[in-house]
Amino acid sequence: MAIAQLSKHRQLGLSDEQVIEMYRTMMLARKFDERGLILQRAGKINFHVSGIGQEAAQVGAAFALQKQHDYFLPYYRDYALVLSIGMTVKDLMLAIFAKAEDPNSGGRQMPGHFGYKKYNIVTGSSPVTTQVPHAVGFALAAKLKKQEFVSFVTFGDGSSNQGDFHEGCNFAGVHKLPVIFMCENNQYAISVPYHKQVGCARIADRAAGYGFPGIAVDGNDVLEMYRVVKEARERAIRGEGPTLIEAIVYRVSPHSTSDDDMAYRTKEEVDAHIENDGIPKFRKYLEEIGIWNEEKQATMLQEIAQEIKEATEYGDKAPFPTPESTLRHVYAEEGDV
Amino acid sequence: MAMITYLDAIRLGMKDEMERDENVFVLGEDVGLKGGVFGTTKGLHAQFGEDRVMDTPLAESAISGVAIGAAMYGMRPIAEMQYSDFMLPATNQIISEAAKIRYRSNNDWTCPLVVRAPIGGGVFGGLYHSQCPESIFFGTPGLKIVVPSTPYDAKGLLIAAIRDPDPVLYFEHKKCYRMITGEVPDGDYTVPIGKADVKRDGTDITVITYGLTVHFALQAAEELVKDGISALILDLRTIQPLDRDAILESVKKTGKVLILHEDNKTGGVGAEVSAIIAEELMYDLDAPIMRLCGYDVPAMPISPPLEKFYMLNTEKVQEAMLKLAQY
Repeated sequence: MAIAQLSKHRQLGLSDEQVIEMYRTMMLARKFDERGLILQRAGKINFHVSGIGQEAAQVGAAFALQKQHDYFLPYYRDYALVLSIGMTVKDLMLAIFAKAEDPNSGGRQMPGHFGYKKYNIVTGSSPVTTQVPHAVGFALAAKLKKQEFVSFVTFGDGSSNQGDFHEGCNFAGVHKLPVIFMCENNQYAISVPYHKQVGCARIADRAAGYGFPGIAVDGNDVLEMYRVVKEARERAIRGEGPTLIEAIVYRVSPHSTSDDDMAYRTKEEVDAHIENDGIPKFRKYLEEIGIWNEEKQATMLQEIAQEIKEATEYGDKAPFPTPESTLRHVYAEEGDV
Repeated sequence: MAMITYLDAIRLGMKDEMERDENVFVLGEDVGLKGGVFGTTKGLHAQFGEDRVMDTPLAESAISGVAIGAAMYGMRPIAEMQYSDFMLPATNQIISEAAKIRYRSNNDWTCPLVVRAPIGGGVFGGLYHSQCPESIFFGTPGLKIVVPSTPYDAKGLLIAAIRDPDPVLYFEHKKCYRMITGEVPDGDYTVPIGKADVKRDGTDITVITYGLTVHFALQAAEELVKDGISALILDLRTIQPLDRDAILESVKKTGKVLILHEDNKTGGVGAEVSAIIAEELMYDLDAPIMRLCGYDVPAMPISPPLEKFYMLNTEKVQEAMLKLAQY
């Protein structure tokens, strides 16, 4: 293996500690996700929606951005993204158990509907792509208030057909706003495959219509994701406007726990993509450059298992919101802003 | 105090707030150099520059959605919809997003947004430049909806809407823009959201209405004095949340009520006002609740006799008021 390849993360300005943290976050998201599925199957929670197969893209992007400084508008598969920028497994467990202490929504929204002002994670909804114009609005605020931050918004391949995607991109393109649009192209919008969703070869091609660069990236390559998002951030901060990034991934899980994916794809297809999983790929890289080994792996997995176990117990035992709290926060109450 | 038009009052409301608070900005189609298709933002571009009086691409969902993002950041955007008829592409952003941001985040995020939109007919605008869309948004918790009828209320409600911590739809009647003038204080004042206003006191019948039709009711009430009929005219001003106390008090006073609006009758604001009265005041009523509203046709046509047939006017309102008084 060539020296240049061995030190790829250092060339990108990432320390050994940072890449290990990236790897750990990917694995933490994966294990949380697997636990969510089990909890749903066991009847402990009502619903789980998975981001398995998209962790590398999310973590690579998140580490290229500035926590608690940039604004993040995630979509419902972004567990690895929100874990990278401040949210904890405990926070996510509180959300999937719909408990009062859930920082996302106090148990009001389905799992995967993130929001946490403390970490600049902007509240989202279920009608897809509505967050894209919001991200443009944050970027507009950066311009109007002369603040050096970017907004970063994610969405799926199906979402790139929505008017809000096109209207948001066009607005940002016209006003050269500091926003990064990241499509996590996982090849499916529930059951409908890419070729029945999109007429052009790549989602990234759509950027040309709005006058800014569109870049397709292997979303299983965490370092490449980091590089591309970092460059996009630099462009945005320099005042050169938005970038559309298409992270090419594969949705390994069914759409959600309510979906039977074998009705529209084959096990062989899924298995073939599991081989491209970004997590073992990154582990291999870390081992090849000599900063990771079997022992460290075992210790990390044990720590993660413990963290998830404690978070699950905490989430399970935490109190539900009081029924009457349903009536609160429709409008500002006395003393609210 | 100066006598100004309803349109100037709206412009002054924006101007004063933009001077007071640099977080306030206006965005929409043609609001910049042109000053808006009706002139509501005239002069603001020259005073505040293109960033704060922003011409946007022609795309209503983006206008509202971008404004929502800026509002969540902490700014105070005023998103102008050129005509309320063109507002429907923004409905998802308004109903699914703006209205629910505080609630769905359990009070973590807020959306202090104003969406201004011209409503109403009588301007030969045909189906798509004449509609009153308030019933589409009415009944969506999380939204506030105001519809001023006078220059005083127009400025005061707009300032209140801009300062409100939650999303407010501000519907302005096109026919009022230049037709209605009134006294407006120079300085800073607000008209509280959620408070109706007795525009004329009376003892025989009560008319509950909002927007342009307030003026028809006031003119009709003046005419009916000759017949010895004393009419109380209650201007709702805010249609969400409704001022229940003011509605009930005004009806209790006369025992007879006519509800009046230009939006079509079925499922309109009047239906809810009527239900509130029926729930609370059944035995105080001396006549059945009466409604006079737009017809249940998709929208008003442009041909003059058709538009005239559709639109309410002082004569139609006077006739209904007389009928109620004589019941």
